[in-house]
Amino acid sequence: MAISNKPIVWGPFAAGGTLTAFLTPALILLTLLAAFGHAPDLLAYDRMHAFMGHWLVKVAVAGVVFLSLWSAAHRLRITCYDLGMRADIAIATIVYAGAIAATAASVLYLARI
Amino acid sequence: MSRKPYVREMTSEWIFRHPRYLRYMTREFSCLFIGAWTLMLVCALARLSEGPEAWASFLAGLKSPLIIAFHVVALAFAVYHSITWFNLTPKALPLQIGEQFVPDAAISGAHFAAWAALSIAVLYLAGAF
Repeated sequence: MAISNKPIVWGPFAAGGTLTAFLTPALILLTLLAAFGHAPDLLAYDRMHAFMGHWLVKVAVAGVVFLSLWSAAHRLRITCYDLGMRADIAIATIVYAGAIAATAASVLYLARI
Repeated sequence: MSRKPYVREMTSEWIFRHPRYLRYMTREFSCLFIGAWTLMLVCALARLSEGPEAWASFLAGLKSPLIIAFHVVALAFAVYHSITWFNLTPKALPLQIGEQFVPDAAISGAHFAAWAALSIAVLYLAGAF
């Protein structure tokens, strides 16, 4: 049987796709409200800092960042292929590495809160 | 594998050949907006870790017309991603009870209901209303 790494990249993609389908529209609505000057109470510095200070929230937020970025990265890779770009390995390396790097950065920032 | 494999020329012109292809690409392009918003979230975490002034400047930065326009478009793409994702759930999670398969509409409908409940819960808990 041929060895495939598909399940490794596809698992987080499916998880991230489900997570972003459930959560992302509501989260975008929160920052959209803030952009319109009606910032939800949670976005006040004291409340946000206390909320993000809880270890469980930190783990959840890091998970949301990773799964969202991974599924976006995977879709971007497939989209590049669909649009006729054939350098799949290079594109895959760039997008997955980008998702991992941004997740690592978010873990670093969360640790400082 | 041959040493000189034949690679068929391909352009992106096919997208416009059928409305279905265009809808597929619209769904796929949602990744750009969901990804961009998540990167903004990472930036927000950085500002939050730097203290109250940095956080206030982040919130003030959200009010630029360009950011508002980005949010409106990103929200539309994110909602489109959710709709297409939940419409696919009966294919991904066919559910059999006894001899009968649960109807497709019940499976995707349950996902849509959970999505609505979760979105309202997030907005309520964040103090949006």
